[in-house]
Amino acid sequence: MDETIRAVLRDNARLPGDVDALRPDDDLYRAGLTSHASVNVMLALEDAFDFEFPDALLKKSTFESIAAIRSALESLDVDDPNLAGR
Amino acid sequence: MTDVADTLVLTADEVVATAARIGREVLAVHADAVDAGSRFPAEAVAALREVGLLGALVPVELGGLGQSLETVARAVTELGKHCSSAAMVFAMHQIQVACLVDHGHTPVLRAYTERVAREGLLLASATTEVGTGGDVRSSSCAVEVTGDSYRLRKQAPVISYGEHADGVLATSRRTPDSPPSDQVLVVCRTEQTTLEPTSEWDVLGFRGTCSLGFVLTSTGSVEEILPVPYGDISSQTMLPVSHVLWSSLWFGMASAAEQRARKFVQGAARRTPGTLPPSAARLAELAAVHQQFRDLVEGGRRRYAAARQDPGSATSVGYAIAMNTLKVSASTLVVDVVQRSLLICGMAGYATKSPFSLGRLLRDSYGAQLMVNNDRIHANNSQLLLMHRSEGT
Repeated sequence: MDETIRAVLRDNARLPGDVDALRPDDDLYRAGLTSHASVNVMLALEDAFDFEFPDALLKKSTFESIAAIRSALESLDVDDPNLAGR
Repeated sequence: MTDVADTLVLTADEVVATAARIGREVLAVHADAVDAGSRFPAEAVAALREVGLLGALVPVELGGLGQSLETVARAVTELGKHCSSAAMVFAMHQIQVACLVDHGHTPVLRAYTERVAREGLLLASATTEVGTGGDVRSSSCAVEVTGDSYRLRKQAPVISYGEHADGVLATSRRTPDSPPSDQVLVVCRTEQTTLEPTSEWDVLGFRGTCSLGFVLTSTGSVEEILPVPYGDISSQTMLPVSHVLWSSLWFGMASAAEQRARKFVQGAARRTPGTLPPSAARLAELAAVHQQFRDLVEGGRRRYAAARQDPGSATSVGYAIAMNTLKVSASTLVVDVVQRSLLICGMAGYATKSPFSLGRLLRDSYGAQLMVNNDRIHANNSQLLLMHRSEGT
């Protein structure tokens, strides 16, 4: 799941640094995630994992780290498309 | 300076009544001179400081009046009826105070907040920067920390009343290595700050805000850097408080115009008892728009107060959209009300020296859509609406 999240971040987060160098708990906002880019990350996550975020999870803290994103997806029982069918 | 607020315990209604009195007795007297000279409304700020209103939002235990934002917003409406510039200086100052009260939870910042209330310090803001295209959520300057002191140099295209303020709250990158969006808010005290003017201020309206550009250079203690990310300060306090206070101010301007139109129609009616003046129907239409404006502004104040009680809703997408919409709607309604009033007052409103003169209000009212341009706010809301999921709100 982390790899799919990283792929979404690489394509949409517009971070100045290397996404692969981020640790799961690193603060994405400190890494340069803007509020505009976080909307694109959200939309791309919904597309990649084929689900919709509920309103309650659409807040800054949901997208503050790779671990936070994973925990939000897990709380929604979202399946990783890269593992589906295995 | 003496402690201005020590002996005062005012109710909310007394605070609003005090603002209304200062509006009538001080702002109204100097408004034309402030506008004509494009000069700082010094008399108004002195009068507001004298009664402790500059510390209205500061808790009582820190020497302030401990008033709610709603009360301050009502006071801003009263001031806005008499001098848009002085009311805007007061409103902008309160926005900075709200940020300090909500997020300045270090001993040094608490002590500074106490000084703001007890000494009546006036705070200004430097959130935009040359080169970032008006995006306040992006900085290029950075705080440089050596030991326990900071140094900051910022090219600010606008610091309203910067030359008259006792402190400036400036945004900057957290460190020289931080990306543009990783910002902090720094208190720059006048005694440790130099401001070199880089532009003049000779514009259509809000001429007394003296919103020149400056190169700001400041040093201070690292404890004067607010400990909360600016993004959080902005979304939780600065943005909603700005929009509540600005919309309240513009509503005050609209109310002044509406009152002139009403008096004009009533004067005409007195001359022709039994026959409605031709402008009476326009006044009825104006009253509908004015009431819509009132309900919008009061609704914004209530929404803000409700969010203070419910942190979950304060960080919701719907709240952010609603507080943005408040600014966009109010800034257009003020122009609508003033120009409708002008149509009713006719040449008496067009004249520069008449009891019904609306020229200054009309010029001021057009500034509302430009200060944080509505296009920018619509663009932000366009993004937010992509992630707005709740039904029917």
